[in-house]
Amino acid sequence: MASVPKGFRFDTLGLHAGQRPDAATGARATPIYQTASFVFESADHAASLFNVERAGHVYSRITNPTNAVLEERIAALEGGVGAIAAASGQAACFLAIATILNSGDHLVASSSLYGGTHNLLAYTLPRLGIRTTFVDPRDVDAYRAAIRPETRLVFAEILGNPGLEVLDVPRVAALAHEAGLPLVVDNTFATPYLCKPFELGADVVFHSATKFLSGHGVVIGGLLVDGGGFDWEESGKFPTLTEPYEGFHGMNFAEEFGPAAYITRARKEGARDFGACMSPMTAFLVLQGLETLSLRMQRHVDNTRRIVEFLSGHDAVESVTYPELPGHPDHELAARILPKGCGAVFGFEVKGGRAAGRKLLERLEVFSHLANVGDAKSLVIHPASTTHHRMDAAALGAAGISEGLIRLSVGLEDPDDLIEDLGRGLHAASRA
Amino acid sequence: MTASLRPTVEGRAAFVYTGARAFDPALPCAVFIHGAGMDHSVWVLPCRYFARHGINALAVDLPAHGRSRGDPKPTIEGLADWVVACLDALGVARAAVVGHSMGSLVAFDVARRHGARARSLSLIGSALPMAVGEPLLDASKADGHDAIDMLTYWGYSKSAQIGGNANPGMWMVGGTLRLLERAAPGVLHADLRACNDYRIDADSEPPVETEALLILGDRDAMTPPRNSAPLKKLLPTSRTTILKGSGHSLMMERPNPLLDALITVV
Repeated sequence: MASVPKGFRFDTLGLHAGQRPDAATGARATPIYQTASFVFESADHAASLFNVERAGHVYSRITNPTNAVLEERIAALEGGVGAIAAASGQAACFLAIATILNSGDHLVASSSLYGGTHNLLAYTLPRLGIRTTFVDPRDVDAYRAAIRPETRLVFAEILGNPGLEVLDVPRVAALAHEAGLPLVVDNTFATPYLCKPFELGADVVFHSATKFLSGHGVVIGGLLVDGGGFDWEESGKFPTLTEPYEGFHGMNFAEEFGPAAYITRARKEGARDFGACMSPMTAFLVLQGLETLSLRMQRHVDNTRRIVEFLSGHDAVESVTYPELPGHPDHELAARILPKGCGAVFGFEVKGGRAAGRKLLERLEVFSHLANVGDAKSLVIHPASTTHHRMDAAALGAAGISEGLIRLSVGLEDPDDLIEDLGRGLHAASRA
Repeated sequence: MTASLRPTVEGRAAFVYTGARAFDPALPCAVFIHGAGMDHSVWVLPCRYFARHGINALAVDLPAHGRSRGDPKPTIEGLADWVVACLDALGVARAAVVGHSMGSLVAFDVARRHGARARSLSLIGSALPMAVGEPLLDASKADGHDAIDMLTYWGYSKSAQIGGNANPGMWMVGGTLRLLERAAPGVLHADLRACNDYRIDADSEPPVETEALLILGDRDAMTPPRNSAPLKKLLPTSRTTILKGSGHSLMMERPNPLLDALITVV
């Protein structure tokens, strides 16, 4: 039996996927095509681009050669069919939903979400007639029970924010598929290095590329990836993909593009009409991050494990929430879904509540107090007063957030320096 | 606006994509025939081009593929007869016939046995014989994912497996994997067996005089250009265009040069 080919491996794709040396100049790095538009060779060439007869670029809101490299690369790393680079993770999230949901539709979402996503689902989408039912991310039956006739997708994060609930992707995907619905997941915290949701059954993945994918805290960007495996026609619930679209001369996306129906609609309509595109400079910077994704993520995880161990044994710490700890409710699930590690964002509760937490934050010198995660530099934040400040106590509780929770995003510094920094902060906190 | 036709062919519902333009019986026609396990969606770009340029572009889903019903055909001759029956059902007397891989053998056989129906031939990623190795045949018989992996990764040049898709943002390998995963059980094996078993003796078979263009990739590991010599002998007036850097999946790897080549013959 001949060996079965599997294509290039993850690290090779991370460096190369989507890009060949520039044919015009020989440039090895991906050129930054900082241009709004692209010259047509003739009137017929222009018409052929607009009518999807030839491959090429028209206008950078819709496609751009630098962005295309990034899109292809993340699609390759996730194992999808295609991707779209968006202005932010929030833009990618909105595009993921708006591509297939209409006014009157409904989605079922995990209650443990990034605060910005919660705002979109709970407050903004209802203004457009799209309602969300939030469910306990660990209660698979709750997802099923919340599905209504008008439900059009199931939505969750691979690692909940900030409770680090691990999504049981195979089970949630199965129940979604039983109902003819796709599973849309946010893979920002895990990245494809730690988790490949399509292989577990998810159908659409999006990222805040601002975080670990770019990895250096220098850009705002998002990515939407289509797994290509969901059968929109068999479901019968998605007319935006299975019926002629008058906004593109009667294009029937499922009929014409088969496995790429969803991402093609997202580009032909969403990129064109919503307009939340990524700048080519940002795409270039995200690409630089992707080149070292494996190396960085492993170091992020290694450092996190050291710090989790340190905090777990510290007298000033009430509790530590990290799925690799034996006491975490998702400990066994995490070993299956995230065998290489559970990321580098986690929370802990310092003894002494809000006042002690404030003292800790003020004493830290290596960790930076700011609203972001996934930077090469270590970060710290108090969710109840920042990222989740719009949530009331009940909503905070439902999301697994206590008022004294401290969230860390562990960076790439020497772990001993990080531990010493936290040690100084905890010492101050214990005297608060 | 309709983007497809649904004729009844050999008693079963068939699907024909028309490049997003309505069929006009007054216009010349071109029929596009996909490869093993594929469907009409591999032809969207050229179909849209020719449809806008005054040609009825007819990309068929062969029986048991895509949206066409029926059982897979065990022979290339059977597939060629089905294509002719499909043209009959549509009232099309003659068409430029375009085929890729297995579809190129079907196209050739249409010209060989139903010569008057083929206005011209475009054979993409073609070879004769189109021998299929036992490992791939065995894997396809098992209906697992191994055959899909083999066809996909052997079907792209190494360079294309890196990417650099002319179609922005699309991962070619992923698209082909998902398309082949949609094939019904048994279809891939029937297709590959039909390719393997189609043997025409170029020394004894009479030549086919239809205008023909062979479009081949110089990095094609499945149907390397050197294996097209018998076809060229059987098509004495044929021309050959080599697309540099391309593997077997020429529609995905080099969509624009492929279209430019097709424009010269369709």
